[in-house]
Amino acid sequence: MGTRVYRKRKCVDWVMRSWCIVATLFAVVPLFSVLAYVFVKGIGGLSWNFFVELPKPVGELGGGVGNAIVGSFVLLGIASVVGIPVGVLGGVYLSEFGSNRFGKAVRFCADVMAGVPSILIGIFVYTLVVLSMGSPSALAGGIALSILMLPTIIRTTEELIKLVPTSLREAGLALGMPKWRVILRVVLPAGMSGIATGVMLAIARAFGETAPLLFTAGYNRFWSASLDKRISSLPVQIYEYASSPYEEWHQQAWAAALILVLIVLILNVSAKLLTSSRSHAR
Amino acid sequence: MITAKQMFQLRSMSAGVGVPEEKMPFNKENMLHNSADDAKSVGKMRVEHLQAWFGKAEIIKGVSLSVADKKVTAIIGPSGCGKSTFIRCLNRMHEVVPQALVSGKVFLDDVDIYEKQIDPVKIRSRVGMVFQRPNPFPTMSIRENVLAGLKLNGVKIPRPDELVEKVLEQAALWGEVKDILNRSGASLSGGQQQRLCIARALALEPEILLMDEPCSALDPIATSRIEELIHSIGKICTIVIVTHNMQQAARVSHYTAFFYMGELVEFNDTDILFTKPGKQQTEDYITGRFG
Ligand SMILES: Nc1ncnc2c1ncn2[C@@H]1O[C@H](COP(=O)(O)OP(=O)(O)OP(=O)(O)O)[C@@H](O)[C@H]1O
Ligand SMILES: [Mg+2]
Repeated sequence: MGTRVYRKRKCVDWVMRSWCIVATLFAVVPLFSVLAYVFVKGIGGLSWNFFVELPKPVGELGGGVGNAIVGSFVLLGIASVVGIPVGVLGGVYLSEFGSNRFGKAVRFCADVMAGVPSILIGIFVYTLVVLSMGSPSALAGGIALSILMLPTIIRTTEELIKLVPTSLREAGLALGMPKWRVILRVVLPAGMSGIATGVMLAIARAFGETAPLLFTAGYNRFWSASLDKRISSLPVQIYEYASSPYEEWHQQAWAAALILVLIVLILNVSAKLLTSSRSHAR
Repeated sequence: MITAKQMFQLRSMSAGVGVPEEKMPFNKENMLHNSADDAKSVGKMRVEHLQAWFGKAEIIKGVSLSVADKKVTAIIGPSGCGKSTFIRCLNRMHEVVPQALVSGKVFLDDVDIYEKQIDPVKIRSRVGMVFQRPNPFPTMSIRENVLAGLKLNGVKIPRPDELVEKVLEQAALWGEVKDILNRSGASLSGGQQQRLCIARALALEPEILLMDEPCSALDPIATSRIEELIHSIGKICTIVIVTHNMQQAARVSHYTAFFYMGELVEFNDTDILFTKPGKQQTEDYITGRFG
């Protein structure tokens, strides 16, 4: 009897395993084909000049997305300066003091916000910031991206801080540290590598967003002079190029998309490295 | 039938399992104190009718005792009787747990630490604590761990290197770590981590050091080193130690309190408690008949 049961189990095991493999392939194949397609289409358009030059008008050859790359990073910088402290402190609040009604409400809002279509965030910032400032600007775009990043940062921070063992907090408290200092100097550092990963993932996601930037940061063919002016960004530049009727601009769009994908990839990989290097540190 | 006294003698004979006699932390005779001393030694801490709850469960049911200055007081009792809860009330760590409540009085140098205007944070820097499980800060180096209590509280340390050496020396860890002070505190072995935690507590120069089963995760060698250090720092600061190990209580403490189900059953000189216990429950416990 034993061998029969054993064989049946082996059989079931084999079927389930093949199933999983097939399902995984279904998930992975489209992903890789998108990457491969972007790579094949975009690689031809890449050159040094493409990284540093401004876009050229239609008909002129060459030109690049230098201003869009810089613009993307400027927007991300603004988003990080606003979003990371607010998000991390919000997460700290939720994990340490968030068991009351207010905390539950905040948590619920964050979860809803994580699922809100990003264009809504664009419209929100448009009404609130762009209308009062008079025109789209780097500032407004950065704020839109920071709102986009907030839910992820808040929730990962909260979860990771909850993972920090009570014994560490107690160690801090027992040394005569006030609670806020224990959180800042003991709990946050202990959860830092995970929080950094969450932040990096949020940044990577924000980096590729187009919709919230369309009305908030706008589009600019030139280097942006100041933060209250329109600013170009990679996703919006791609959008401009791709939705134009010109063949050479389509080529440019593929090349810009490739750059975008590569940067997002680098952000993701560094998030991974950050985690592993911290956890194996020393 | 074996009497408690015989039992105690048997136990103290086998006390130093794995530790050669001459390496025993200290000679019991040195520690015997005469009653004239007792009369003089003032209470560093006085607990009056202390009650502690977790939610609705009353864990400590009205305990009063006095902790002698610059002496070692041991607390023994079966698992779950409230030893940890009790000593956590002595530096206001009990209230850190949600739903935890305390009532009663705990006088530290004649000031009730539970009075309204008293800041628990200040109390905790005067009454240090070493936990059952070593809990060094994993993100800090050994050196930073030792200095954490001062540095993170913004205290200026005139000669940090000397302080680090001094307290690590007191905690019997200096020799092992003097060349790796910048390694993470988490990279040490369990016993070393526990000694690091003791050093960290000592760096604040606490008036009282509470130790909750500091040796429960340690091997006999590490245990004997910690007992040695309890003996030596017990001369400069008041120690309250919770232990499951009755030989340990007998070896290191001057006074012993026996807790049972949240009540203080008996509190006396360690020798008397172990040789002539006044209560049947105490006798049963120390002879191993329950617990
Ligand atoms: N955080 C908590 N919440 C609720 N009840 C608790 C909590 N911690 C401890 N208790 C309860 O309090 C009682 C006393 O616990 P305590 O930790 O003080 O015992 P102990 O004497 O230190 O035991 P041990 O020797 O096993 O460490 C136990 O019955 C336990 O169930
Ligand atoms: Mg305990």
